[in-house]
Amino acid sequence: MKKQYWTEYESKVADDHYYYERSCIRQSFFTGSEEVFINIVRDLLGKDIADDMNLHTCSGIGYYSGVVPLDTTMTVVARLFALMTEAGYKNFVPSCITSFGLVNEVVDMWHHFPEKLEQIRGYLKEANGKEFDVPENIAHPCDIIYKYRKELKEKMKYSLTNVHTGKPLKVVEHIGCHYAKIFPRQVKGGAEFPQVLVGMIQEWGGEVVDYPERRHCCGFGFSQYMVLANRGYSAANSKKKLESMQPFKPDFILANCPGCTMFMDRWQYTIAETEGITYGENGMGIPVLTYEELAAILLGYNPWDVGLQTHQVQVEPLLDKMGIKYDPKDKYVGKSGAFLGEPEKPTHLKVKAYE
Amino acid sequence: MAELLDMISADIRYIDGLKACMNCGVCTAICPAAEFYNYDPRDVCNTLMSKDEVAIAELLKTDKIWHCGQCLSCKTRCPRGNVPGLLISLLREVSIRMGYFTESEEGRRQYAIKKTLGEHIVDSGYCVHVMHVKPHLHPEQGPVWEWYFKNSEEVADRQGGNYNKEGSGALRKISEESLKDLRKIFEVTGGKDFFEQIDRQSKKKASELKKNITDNVDDNEYFYHVYREKNETQE
Ligand code: SF4
Ligand code: SF4
Repeated sequence: MKKQYWTEYESKVADDHYYYERSCIRQSFFTGSEEVFINIVRDLLGKDIADDMNLHTCSGIGYYSGVVPLDTTMTVVARLFALMTEAGYKNFVPSCITSFGLVNEVVDMWHHFPEKLEQIRGYLKEANGKEFDVPENIAHPCDIIYKYRKELKEKMKYSLTNVHTGKPLKVVEHIGCHYAKIFPRQVKGGAEFPQVLVGMIQEWGGEVVDYPERRHCCGFGFSQYMVLANRGYSAANSKKKLESMQPFKPDFILANCPGCTMFMDRWQYTIAETEGITYGENGMGIPVLTYEELAAILLGYNPWDVGLQTHQVQVEPLLDKMGIKYDPKDKYVGKSGAFLGEPEKPTHLKVKAYE
Repeated sequence: MAELLDMISADIRYIDGLKACMNCGVCTAICPAAEFYNYDPRDVCNTLMSKDEVAIAELLKTDKIWHCGQCLSCKTRCPRGNVPGLLISLLREVSIRMGYFTESEEGRRQYAIKKTLGEHIVDSGYCVHVMHVKPHLHPEQGPVWEWYFKNSEEVADRQGGNYNKEGSGALRKISEESLKDLRKIFEVTGGKDFFEQIDRQSKKKASELKKNITDNVDDNEYFYHVYREKNETQE
């Protein structure tokens, strides 16, 4: 029945020559995800993708938190576009959902208010002596993975199947608000039924869980999370989602926004510490993955090279279900090859089942 | 006072974000902040549409405009194409420019956000970087984060990062040229003045509240007050 509401997807994702804009949040919390994405696009799909050392923040989190004025943020975005223009690219690929929403919003405002665009051009020229072209194409990296999901499937060593039962894994998909809610028409399925993660999950063998609070915000809230006094707002939103999905017993959560991925991971720890409640099996949590991490483990990357050891909710039960081999002794080893010691164990959220 | 209405009505967020609100309340129904706080985006539209300068100035001095989580779920839903979240973004900017933000407990928190997030942008070129997420300010991040924080270069670089080093790659050091350009952008576009306004007004408020305020975060009594305390009764 739902299908009748789905709008036809007109692919607006460029085929090649991507200018990658790194995300403060994804680099910090899911460092391996950005490297995996570049690797997949460049080496597995054979596409050209720029990783420019001159990049910097888009200032979006500062803007949405109310400490950076609109003109300043627009000019910071304009500098990123100038770097793209200087590098000879036209297809802008922001890794962060906040950036994705922001650059789309900025470009849309410039479209409706050309005098604003001229003012920002003037600011950038005065401040940095730079000029820029507005990108011809803005796509999120998840759009690119979605676009090439079939090609990637052919290269995958594993699938979203429980190797013990032979049944598809049950996956909750969470779409960051600034991906589909600001400009729903640009997204297949719109704000209600965005297809991007659903398409990956189904193509790679999993089953999508539908649950009441599926489209609810994770609760980041920008300024709400930034001060300790208001983090309860953020935790309460994630809790609402976790409570709503728990009865469906999902094997894991897949998200396209690095902020949402981090919050739904960390709040499971906080809720367990403060209330003793856990949402996964046997006192463990529900693992939360980025789509890059998911693609990587299905492709056979070492989970500890991708960064799965940096999640608070432990991923081993999921890897076991998928039949993915890993070396427990390698988990807490650093770049130098040295063992870095193990993190402390939480009070309530189990790190090993039946401990 | 006319200055206030002029500032609001000239902003593209006002022109883009408020057509004619029919008070249906759909935005309030979808709004996660309305679920959690005593906050109503429809009310914000009403006050703005009234063009009553006194009422708008009052709104800018309350906690209400700081409750929104900027998720923009309201943009998807409004049958009239209004965007309460966009109006909030404008009202927050105006509240700071007019110096009204220190009148409310929630508004005063902008000082803590400027000291952390805001200053990080011009100092490091990142809104957020591993080195900024200090475990003592972020107990909710948990023990695995503490482990990452303690071993950040080893852990980041194992994942292909280039932690605080020159060149490209995740978590790299942002080049001096980019930082110089970012600071210049803040100067030319008013971002620097905006930061100074937050500081100036916060210093005034700190002295009224008899809280010590310093440039440093670590021994800054006012910073910790607005960062973690929630003592006053909010309407
Ligand atoms: S942007 Fe603000 S007002 Fe709009 S739905 Fe989100 S929290 Fe509510
Ligand atoms: S949904 Fe739109 S029209 Fe309805 S109350 Fe909110 S802003 Fe007004």
